[in-house]
Amino acid sequence: MREAIGKDGERCDPPDSVTTIADLIDWLAAEGGGYALAFADRDRLRAALDQRFVPFDTQLGGAKELALFPPVTGG
Amino acid sequence: MTPEIRIQSADFETATEIDRLEKSGGGGISTFTGIVRSDGDIAALELEHYPAMTEAALGTIAREAASRWSLSALTVIHRHGRLQPGERIVFVGSAAAHRGEAISAMNFVIDWLKTDAPFWKREDFADGSVRWVEARSTDEAARDRWQS
Repeated sequence: MREAIGKDGERCDPPDSVTTIADLIDWLAAEGGGYALAFADRDRLRAALDQRFVPFDTQLGGAKELALFPPVTGG
Repeated sequence: MTPEIRIQSADFETATEIDRLEKSGGGGISTFTGIVRSDGDIAALELEHYPAMTEAALGTIAREAASRWSLSALTVIHRHGRLQPGERIVFVGSAAAHRGEAISAMNFVIDWLKTDAPFWKREDFADGSVRWVEARSTDEAARDRWQS
């Protein structure tokens, strides 16, 4: 994902209609290019909001950091 | 019991870690050590993590294990960075008054590390190509057998 988008982080200011993580992913994917490619397969995407794993229907609320990444492969 | 959690690029000494667990009061200890496989032409394994989150994620897993089983010690060590085939990646060790608790807690922690700790593996091959390791659905199934 990082390689597709070409950066490992950014500040963004989504419109008020973006309230959940799923909304934000849709909004970013609509930009096309690397975002569309990176977020094409939602089954291969995981999210952490303020450093906690959460499902995509989670409200962004006042969170400061959203991380989107592929399923983890540690251990 | 405060779990010992370490995230580091440096190697660790298995014997030292086992010794610490053995001194925690006994009964029994159970340990798991993960080693970089020498698959095909793999020259190295690059382990990335999400530093802001890693320690909290490992702490959550360790606390969950400590709440399910009565442990006298629990150690979780996970390395990151560039590792060669044969090098140690991860260590989980648990100590409890009885073997069942020690073995179950160790199994639980390693299963959860596979799916709920923010680490990613990239295989670097001898010919210069690289491949990000794909998560396996069997790993999530292994974790989910612990859902109560």
